[in-house]
Parts: sequence; structure tokens; C-alpha cells
Amino acid sequence: MSKSAEEEHPQKAFGWAATDNSGTLSPFHFSRRDNGEHDVTVKILYCGVCHSDLHFVRNDWGFTRYPIVPGHEIVGVATKIGTNVTKFKVGDRVGVGVIIGSCKTCECCQQDLENYCPRVIFTYNSHNPDGTRNYGGYSDMIVVDEQYVLRFPDNLSPDAGAPLLCAGITVYSPMKYYGMTEAGKHLGVAGLGGLGHVAVKIGKAFGLRVTVISSSPKKESEAIDRLGADSFLVSNDPEKMKSAIGTMDYIIDTVSAIHPLLPLLSLLKMNGKLVTVGLPDKPLELPIFPLVMGRKLVGGSDIGGMKETQEMLDFCAKHNITADIELIRMDDINTAMERLAKSDVKYRFVIDVANSLS
Amino acid sequence: MAKTSPEEEHPVKAFGWAARDTSGHLSPFNFSRRATGEEDVRFKVLYCGICHSDLHNIKNEWGFSIYPMVPGHEIVGEVTAVGSKVKKVKVGDKVGVGCMVDACHNCESCANDLENYCPKVILTYNGISSYGTVTYGGYSDSMVAKERYVVRIPDGMPLDSAAPLLCAGITVYSPLKYFGLGEPGKHIGIVGLGGLGHLAVKFAKALGSKITVISTSPSKKAEALEHLGADSFLVSRDQDELQAAMGTFDGIIDTVSAVHPVVPLLGLLKSNGKLIMVGAPNEPLELPVFSLIIGRKTMAGSGIGGMKETQEMIDFAAKHNIKADIEVISMDYVNKAMERLAKGDVRYRFVIDIGNTLAATKP
Repeated sequence: MSKSAEEEHPQKAFGWAATDNSGTLSPFHFSRRDNGEHDVTVKILYCGVCHSDLHFVRNDWGFTRYPIVPGHEIVGVATKIGTNVTKFKVGDRVGVGVIIGSCKTCECCQQDLENYCPRVIFTYNSHNPDGTRNYGGYSDMIVVDEQYVLRFPDNLSPDAGAPLLCAGITVYSPMKYYGMTEAGKHLGVAGLGGLGHVAVKIGKAFGLRVTVISSSPKKESEAIDRLGADSFLVSNDPEKMKSAIGTMDYIIDTVSAIHPLLPLLSLLKMNGKLVTVGLPDKPLELPIFPLVMGRKLVGGSDIGGMKETQEMLDFCAKHNITADIELIRMDDINTAMERLAKSDVKYRFVIDVANSLS
Repeated sequence: MAKTSPEEEHPVKAFGWAARDTSGHLSPFNFSRRATGEEDVRFKVLYCGICHSDLHNIKNEWGFSIYPMVPGHEIVGEVTAVGSKVKKVKVGDKVGVGCMVDACHNCESCANDLENYCPKVILTYNGISSYGTVTYGGYSDSMVAKERYVVRIPDGMPLDSAAPLLCAGITVYSPLKYFGLGEPGKHIGIVGLGGLGHLAVKFAKALGSKITVISTSPSKKAEALEHLGADSFLVSRDQDELQAAMGTFDGIIDTVSAVHPVVPLLGLLKSNGKLIMVGAPNEPLELPVFSLIIGRKTMAGSGIGGMKETQEMIDFAAKHNIKADIEVISMDYVNKAMERLAKGDVRYRFVIDIGNTLAATKP
């Protein structure tokens, strides 16, 4: 007979969980493993509310197991260090992102691409080889293998920096991999939410010219005045879209609603690249002619490996990049989720876990 | 004022076969070509390959056909005259012309020897020339084209089996090189075993890749393995075979132009794998974005290649003895050939013996 969440492990833990597909979160007692020789125990200070958290608590993708404690944009303080841990000491400010384990032996893991390991273990809604379940960062503490813990730079605010652990790496990784970092080139960012606004900031830090592509004209002054984008393109204005045909070297598509790809592909120059990082829950339609006629490319990307995530944090520290956030108390989480479903946030909620969880 | 007729548009008489309407039926057609300009190469057409695009175009399946249409963009012949500035070839040389005959020469694509991606590229047939006249292709007795768009056929290379290289050959060679799929140590899949597919197997083998032919039909297995030399064969409708091969391909070249599911093909790719579309279905395909995101996979398109690369491909084919598998036909068989092509009944390209059979069809 399987043990209850409270009895699975020796250390008591407390957080908020959803117990059914209404997605409503409420207080939840569970447990965490003892700190092993390779582990770091993290007292959680802040946790970002990623749009994926909303999809998972409502079982939008069909593979949620309840009860679920979401949260994979975690910033905290190391409180215990295993005997074989070399990278951290007690008191260090640390981050935990989307993954907390992988096989460590496959080709992907050997190449620091743990995120593509076929046996990757996600921070929440996953289970370990021994069958025990994993719970995420809407909680007081977490125990993680050193390899999956990040050094959180001192000069980054821990609350505004928390979303970098998922949103940041999700846009940084494909920008590096697909070569979207050549200063002076033109990057389009489709969608201006959690992912999109970070993509604008990182794009500018790479020296790119950045155009925000959005269906909401009222986001224009935000995009240009506050986030520093160079221009703004209203995607449902046919005249404006037509005049922008063939002008972009790259596009990062962060939009998770169903949307047509043909208009975005038309914006690309020859050999242009469109990277999809948003997760629509139904297939998109991909016209092939524009790909063939212009040797254009559509690629996917899925967070990043641990080495690259650290590189991203250090890059953001150097360029002083954090997310634009709205700090909330733990008990406001359900209201925040409802607002997030309506995209009513600029641009990430972050839970002030340490000050509001108890 | 009446438009000038095709026979009168230009000073030099020409004869070929043209389609007059969307039935696609081809028949004898008198027209004319420009005089040999200082940059031009004029040649007597000996052979012309029948590309599947010819079939799509004569029936206006893509919606931009101009009639009357003389198709043909896999054209091989012998030089009869050269302009005063021509350096590449001389009278008597064997040459070829592929899918394009001009471009702007002023844009980034042209500057990078990628005339095929120039927004103002002029196609060999069914295009509008710089004179404002419609371009006519290789189902005809002669061609005249700018030197830049003419490739030299190396001495000793059989001309009939070289013709399909001018379109099918470059269409598969270019992405094998550009996307890094044609090299030792790479495992690539070729989807579809027709005009494009069979040449993809031959080029990829010569480039050193390990090749699996992916087909819906088990009947092509012996061909693929014994005749074309593929390393293995995968029946894409066999779930067990598909499952066993998941995550084993560095890249896949998809030559199929019918609408078909891409999810199984994406599943066959390793992480960072690439699915390259060279067939062009005229309806969009369904793309679940998860299939790209999990494993950081890519879908890209590729369309023929620039002139520099086309010459490189011909020279490579000559060196490695790569020839298309062809069925040579007489000009008057062309309508029957088109019917058979529509059913995929050809191994693997029809080539019209223009030099020996076109003249006899003059009324």
C-alpha cells in the first residue's frame, strides 16, 4: 500500500496544492527526503507562478497527478549541505528551476543537456526512480541534488529574479542554440507575457533590434517605453504586417493560444528562423511552401540544461535583467491564477513564500 | 492593340510542346526565343527531364499557371552559339539549365550565390522574363540563357541520366549539405522513393551517410536496399517498426508532396534532429508544437539551390558516377508519361529524347 504524502519521507513539509482539476489550491502537508550526501536543502524565499503551473493545476495537458504542488521558479537559501556537495555552502542564495534529476549517463546528460534526457525528472508532477512523488516550490523547503541547484547571483533581486529559472532559460537557450544573438540583427518576439517580456530584455542585451508582435495595440507603450523594444507590430493589422514582410532574421513565438503561423513565417527573411516556445494545447497549422521558398526553419526548444541555466543567470546578473513582477501572498494564489488565465499580470506573479506561507 | 503572338515575340524561331489549358494536354507549339545576347549561351536541346512540378504546373494545381505553357526545367544540350562576354563554355560543349534563368543580382541572396532565394528570381518556364514575355522551358528544340544560369556538363557524363540532376539532383543535394546531413556518421531517412527520393539516396550514400528509406509501401524494399544501396528500409505504416526506430535519425529528407502526418517523422528524430521538407504539399500540415519542443527538433524547407551549388552538385555527381534512374521517351509519348507520372508509375524519372524525337512531331 503506498504511503501518504505526509509519510513518504522523513522530513515534514508544508505547501499549497491543487487536489482536482478545478485547480483550486489550498494548504497541504507533505514530506521531503532527508538531506543526502549530494543534496542541498533549500528554504524557499520566493517562487514564480509560471503559466505551466496554471495548465498543470487544471490538468489542461491531461497528465496531472493530484495532489499537485506546483512551482519551478524557486529562489531560496541553502540551509543544509550534503557531505559530498562542493558547489554550495550553508547560507548561499540558490535557485531551483524546472528539473531536479536526470539519468546522468546518456548522451544528452553528458552534453549538459539534462533537459532533453529521456529520463529527466521535473521539479513537480513527477516521480523518482524509487516511486516517491515530487512536489514543487509553492512550499516551505525543497531538497535537491547539487547538480540541479543553481547559484543565484548576489546582485539580482531574489523576487524579480525568480522567473528567470523557467521563463529566462526558456528564451535564452533557443536564442543561443539557433544563433539568434548576432548584434544588429532583427528579432521579433510574438506575445508579450512572462516569456515575451523576458525575451525582449535578453534580446536587447544581445544587441539585437527587437520588435514586439502582439494582437493587443495597447501593449505598445509598455513594449517600447518600459521594456525597451525598438518597435511594435500589431499582428491583426494586415497593412502593418504586409509592410513588415521579410524583415526579421528571427522570431521567438511565445504565444500559447492557437494562432496562425503563416503571417509570422512571412515576416522572416530568407533563411529566417522561427522558434516556438509557447505550448498551445492543439496542433498548429504549418504551411510548407513558405519554408521551401525561403529555406525557413521552425524549431522547438525546451528550457535548458543546468550549465546553460547557470550561464543565463550570470548573463542576466551582468546585464541587470530581472522579470517585471507582481509580488503576492501565498493565500492570494487562487486569485492570481484566475488573473493569469486572463493574462492580467505584468508579467509574472511571484509568491512571497517565506513571508506568507505559514 | 493585339498582343504579339509567341511566334513573333522574339527574332529566333523555336518549336516545342505546350499545354494550352488546365487539362494539361501537351501538343506541338511554335514560338520564338531572343537572339543570343553578349552574356548568353544558346544550345540545341538534346534531353529534358519530366519533373513532377511540370505535371502540377500544366494542370494549374498551384494556381499560377500561364498558358500556353512549355514546361521543362531539367534541360541538357549542346552549345551552338555564345555571346561575346561568355567565358564558361564554347560551341560544342555540353551544358544544362535548371529551374531558373535570371534574378536581380542585387540582393543579399544573389550576393551569396543563392539566386534561387532571390525575391525576383525568374523561372525557366511559366515566369515573366525581363522582356515582359512568358518564359518557355525545355520541352523544345533550343534554349538561350545567361551564362550564369548555365552549368557545364563534365566530359563523358551521360546526358540523358544527367538531365534530372538539374532539378531533382540539386533539390536534394542542397539541403544535405546546408543542414549537415550528408556526412559520415550521420543517419538520415529519406521519405518517399520517387524522382527526388531515389537521388537523395544516391547523393547521401556518396556523401557517406547511413541511409534508411522510409516508405508507406513494403513493395519498394528490394529496390531501396539492393538497387539503390540504402542501408535499411522502414515501413512507416508499421507501428512496431516505427516504434523501434524512434529517436535514431539525425535528419530526414521528406520528398513527399501529398499531405501526410509529420508527427511520426518527428518522433523518429534524435534530439536536435532536423526534418527537411523538399516536397511541397499545397495544404498546411498539422504540427503539434510539443513534437518540436521535446527534443529541440527543427522543421525546415529547402528549394533547389543556387547556380554555384548546382555546378558543384553536377561535378560531384560526375565524380561519383551518380545518375538518375530514367525511362527515355519520345516527345509524342509525353501525355501518356504524364498520366503514368500522376500514378507514380515510373522508375524514377521520364526523360524526353528531344534531340531524336521532337523534330518529327512538327506538323
